Amino acid sequence: MKFENLSYSAYRQKLFDTQFTVTDLVTTFLNRINEGKQHNAFISILEQRALQRAAEIDKRIRQGKTGKLTGLILAVKDNIHVKDVKTTCASRILSNFIPPFSATVIKKLEAEDAIIIGKTNMDEFAMGSSSETSYYGAVHNPVDPECVPGGSSGGSAAAVSAGMAVAALGSDTGGSIRQPAAFCGIVGLKPTYGRVSRFGLVAFASSLDQIGPLATNVEDCARILEVIAGYDERDFTSANVDVPKYTNSLKQGISGLTIGLPDEYFSEGLDPYIRRAIINTVDLLKKNGAEIVPVSLPHTDYAIADYYILATAEASSNLERYDGARYGVRADEVHSLEQMYVKSRSEGFGNEVKRRIMLGTYALAAGYYDKYYRKAQKVRTLIKRDFEKAFTRCDCLITPTSPTTAFKIGEKTDEPLAMYLSDIYTVTANLAGIPGMSIPCGTDENGLPIGLQLLAAPFQEEKIFRIAYHLETLLNAQ
Amino acid sequence: MEFEPVIGLEIHAQLTTKSKIFCRCSTKFGADPNSQVCPVCLGMPGVLPVINKTAVEYAIKMGLATNCTIASHSVFARKNYFYPDLPKGYQISQFEEPLCLNGYLEIGLEGKSHKIGITRIHLEEDAGKSVHAEDWVEQNETLVDVNRCGVPLIEIVSEPDIRSPQQAYAYLNGLRQILQYLEICDGNMEEGSLRCDANISVRPKGATEFGVKTEMKNMNSFRGVEKALEFEIARQIDIIKSGGRVQQETLLWDERNSVAVPMRSKEEAHDYRYFPEPDLLPLAVDDQWKKSVKESMPELPVARRKRFVENYQIPDYDAGILTENRAVADYFEDVAGRVNDAKLTSNWVMGEVLRALNERKQDIREFPIRSNRLAELLKILLKKEISASVAKTVFKEMLVSEDSPEKIVEARGLTQISDSSEIADIIDQVIANNPKEVEKYRSGKTKLFGFLMGQVMKATRGTANPQLVNKILKEKLDE
Repeated sequence: MKFENLSYSAYRQKLFDTQFTVTDLVTTFLNRINEGKQHNAFISILEQRALQRAAEIDKRIRQGKTGKLTGLILAVKDNIHVKDVKTTCASRILSNFIPPFSATVIKKLEAEDAIIIGKTNMDEFAMGSSSETSYYGAVHNPVDPECVPGGSSGGSAAAVSAGMAVAALGSDTGGSIRQPAAFCGIVGLKPTYGRVSRFGLVAFASSLDQIGPLATNVEDCARILEVIAGYDERDFTSANVDVPKYTNSLKQGISGLTIGLPDEYFSEGLDPYIRRAIINTVDLLKKNGAEIVPVSLPHTDYAIADYYILATAEASSNLERYDGARYGVRADEVHSLEQMYVKSRSEGFGNEVKRRIMLGTYALAAGYYDKYYRKAQKVRTLIKRDFEKAFTRCDCLITPTSPTTAFKIGEKTDEPLAMYLSDIYTVTANLAGIPGMSIPCGTDENGLPIGLQLLAAPFQEEKIFRIAYHLETLLNAQ
Repeated sequence: MEFEPVIGLEIHAQLTTKSKIFCRCSTKFGADPNSQVCPVCLGMPGVLPVINKTAVEYAIKMGLATNCTIASHSVFARKNYFYPDLPKGYQISQFEEPLCLNGYLEIGLEGKSHKIGITRIHLEEDAGKSVHAEDWVEQNETLVDVNRCGVPLIEIVSEPDIRSPQQAYAYLNGLRQILQYLEICDGNMEEGSLRCDANISVRPKGATEFGVKTEMKNMNSFRGVEKALEFEIARQIDIIKSGGRVQQETLLWDERNSVAVPMRSKEEAHDYRYFPEPDLLPLAVDDQWKKSVKESMPELPVARRKRFVENYQIPDYDAGILTENRAVADYFEDVAGRVNDAKLTSNWVMGEVLRALNERKQDIREFPIRSNRLAELLKILLKKEISASVAKTVFKEMLVSEDSPEKIVEARGLTQISDSSEIADIIDQVIANNPKEVEKYRSGKTKLFGFLMGQVMKATRGTANPQLVNKILKEKLDE
């Protein structure tokens, strides 16, 4: 059996028409995962669990019961809990950790009969932009195996891009869904902060983290967001805001919408191929009825520094619980409490995680707090205001997702600052708490995918879906 | 030179909410180790805290009761440090923006009133317990009990307004009284539901600058606080008098040996790296919420004491003792409402009832003589059916019997003898049996009247009407 078109929206009805079963689907995808092992996209493959769930769902289909995501083959980033299945965060320190509960998003997805096929590889604790810092080794980009898939949700992006899953969940703290989606030529959405419950997501930077979908197309993302969004009483930061029927917004067209182009996102450092691809796409939208306005986000220059202070500060605290005392890996031959902490953490964390813990510890230390953390909070407010102002003039912003296309594995591993700069266009959405999506928009001279980023005001995902769906249709027709 | 101590107290009170502050686990004391835990209070990866509204309300109550301003916007913060009984590696507390600010408590001491400023009251979670001293723990082993993790606490921080260990005691006691009135903390220092740390310095009397302060921890009883403060004040004065300088340090009170020992400096050297807790939005308390919390509060000790003096016309001293404990005050009011003599009721509650409670180490809520039964007894007494001493006998009987006081009086033949001829007969007998004393009395030693009176009462097991005995005995002796 072949599934050429990996869109859930395209095959969903076939399941109810019994053209094939969910078990057939799961078997096919398990084979694909097996054939695609060289990508190193998965940390755990849930073969038995998925087949068992498939049999149950097939039974429900026969009984005429339908879920909103019946038979969706889903890969889940390995920092989101699935009950009784290992959550490693691609770290040695959690390599044996089995959570006794599922994340809220997993409960919601499984209640709608989605099937989790495996847990995907990632940068350790989601800290990275290339999926190279994993304890389980680097992930390869299916488009070009010599290249990184982006990060930190690189395994999720690679799995979808290589057809090893129909869709995936990722987490986005500074671009970790959007940038790998761009590098792998798929669609990835970071929802508004608070739109999706974080309960069961292992925290990296709590005020920035957000779970979101990756898929081959805009409609699948809308279907998934519709299920996972909403208030959760277990997450105090989740928003009590009604969840619209996102799929209804897809075909509303773009006429009457104003799109802003922020100057600061097209400045030096941007690959000319990417600039051209984005500008051409904006022209296409203009021809199809959208109004284009220039806007300014003057504090953009401070975003990377701001992000790396706040994210690492929160991370340094969030990662204190990994001390070898209760769960996870404890170092052998320790003879004192302090030794247990030092050795377990020294052996359990990789270099990038250690670097960020140190940076964050420093930013919060007595005597430096005002200079770094407090100042960074103020800058964050300024960045948020930039967006608030911009969204009084337009419905959506269009920017590149990343200043470059996928780079070579190993190219930036010794240059943390160069690596951090690949998040330059994505971190602002996390700092401002606004939704952002990356959709494919052509390729560069090497055939590597280019991502276009759409940003909207908080809880305006519908506008993103409208434009993205329209654009996808236009680009597919070209 | 005369010295003056300057003391500030930091008091932690465990709140008596049914569930923990950030999860739904029970807070019940004394459960099996690690039986009241869940992924949230165990600090597993992927969990998030959710604020217990009742804990916030309890803290607001304490703030209102101590004249604090309740912040409409307060912020939880993380206090970061590694310790085995702290599963997350940080304690969720409040730091820069606490819930309650700028209050005070008035304390009375030796007839003088003192206003002790309260800098702030904030909410936080308790840590777990490291267990090493129990006999079931192996040597060189420390076990961790996480049950207490996440039990809500309030920390009440005073201004350095306290000038003596006695004031500190009165302040601590005043706070405990309010906590208990509000029914938000059981106030038990020995069990650790109320904990007290102190900052202490001394300075020449009249000086305005503060001296170098030390911090005293591990004071596990009210008397311990007083003793530790006395010790530390004397120690600091000695140092200064002998030309030395007080070192800023943290001391642990060793109750058994009555000395303070310095904490190891390594344990002190913490940089807690406080920062706002990103998993919790700022806490918003609007006027509506504040108002409804206020309306749910009971009358507080100071106001009640004042009302007792005004309404019941009893001395302030009585009112102070009766309002010390809310349940005792309730008991008094119930009895006084049934018996038309508040002073008599006050005497009985302060005397017999409190004495019995003390002897039995009992809470008044478990006292066998309920308020309605004491009222019955006092009514008989007021009707002069029994004498005061008989009433005390009946009271003792009521502690072990469920019978009504009337029934006890009847069954034991304790009804008052008010028949003059019957009393006269008994008196004649007493006079006949004590010729020496009678003679002495008649020759001027009138003090012996009491003795003879006692003999009559003894002969009647206290049931003779004392006024009649007094009258007839006098007549007969003066014949």
